[in-house]
Amino acid sequence: MSDEQVKSLEEIFEARIARDEKIEPKDWMPEKYRKTHIRQISQHAHSEIVGMLPEGNWISRAPSLRRKAALLAKVQDEAGHGLYLYSACETLGISRDELYEQLHTGKAKYSSIFNYPTVTWADMGAIGWLVDGAAIINQVPLCNTSYGPYARAMVRVCKEESFHQRQGFEIMLKLCNGSPEQKEMAQDALNRWWWPSLMMLGPTDAESVHTEQSMKWKLKRKTNDELRQQFIDQTVPQADLLGLTIPDPNLKWNDETGSYDFGEIDWDEFWQVVKGHGPCNKERMDARVGAWEKGAWVRDAAMAHAKKKENKKLKEAV
Amino acid sequence: MSNNNWPLWEVFVRSKNGLEHRHFGSLHAADADMALENARDVYTRRNEGVSIWVVESSNITASNPEHNGELFEPAQDKVYRHPTFYNLPDEVKHM
Repeated sequence: MSDEQVKSLEEIFEARIARDEKIEPKDWMPEKYRKTHIRQISQHAHSEIVGMLPEGNWISRAPSLRRKAALLAKVQDEAGHGLYLYSACETLGISRDELYEQLHTGKAKYSSIFNYPTVTWADMGAIGWLVDGAAIINQVPLCNTSYGPYARAMVRVCKEESFHQRQGFEIMLKLCNGSPEQKEMAQDALNRWWWPSLMMLGPTDAESVHTEQSMKWKLKRKTNDELRQQFIDQTVPQADLLGLTIPDPNLKWNDETGSYDFGEIDWDEFWQVVKGHGPCNKERMDARVGAWEKGAWVRDAAMAHAKKKENKKLKEAV
Repeated sequence: MSNNNWPLWEVFVRSKNGLEHRHFGSLHAADADMALENARDVYTRRNEGVSIWVVESSNITASNPEHNGELFEPAQDKVYRHPTFYNLPDEVKHM
């Protein structure tokens, strides 16, 4: 195709998106659109998959059968969300194996928040409340994104995500209404998860290299800073309700903006974790790669069994 | 890494009797039985369905959107297929 032809196709394409038309897998799309979507959707899928690990840590130690069943269901949802998203990503012409390889070799990223440890039961509450809360804020606008398979996957994800946040908040509420030690545990979890949750919404607009293009493609509908402000504004009253203190001495209601002002985020920490130097990066990858490698014989055996059954069927037909 | 990859399957779910099966998404599985079981876990964790179809993706033939012109244009100039094409006096009822 000549440069001129590509240019006119690109114009038609941009116009379709501007009219809020959806793009479907077999439609022509600029290479950059395809690549950006593969990057974002796979990063999202990887986050769901790695996100199971910090919580998996507590399934066998949940304090009651009710909590255990809920946590199991939540982790199972995350596996499901990862699978919806991997399938959506595959429609862009990349194989599941390539996607896994990018995750396992560190070429693809996942959300930095999952590189923090889950040291007490209260962390299950804080993750549901804060991490899933931040994720919902990020994900709701994506239900309207321009790429059809991604938007459809997100509709399903968002429908299921709300239980995750509610079960987390309920855990916090229970601890806050419990003994002083239990309340202390909830406060400690908030202290450790608050700042990473704010970082989870991504670098500041000034630092975010992909924002402008992503906004144009409706892959992003609000900037990172707008999403972060929204998260803070809706979470502070929830912390008040729990009787917990947000670990930010500069957090203050601003009458003029109708929002909370907040303190400086430690972006050095964020970039350290993104670059692989967080408290659990290595542990997470070892667990993920280990699970994949140890499962290889199961995948092979299932294929061998399927072929054997197929052959048997063929022979019986003769 | 093993190259013995599980093929891709398309999943169709009937949400309740009376409705058609609708495309829900896709997944990988070694064979049709496993695809059905996986589809149950991936797409119907909250009673979303009463019946599931799985079809290996490679068995689907899809039209090419680049040929949408030739493929769908013939329907465009056939307004006489629509009821509003026919002029009847207002007095005619039940039609």
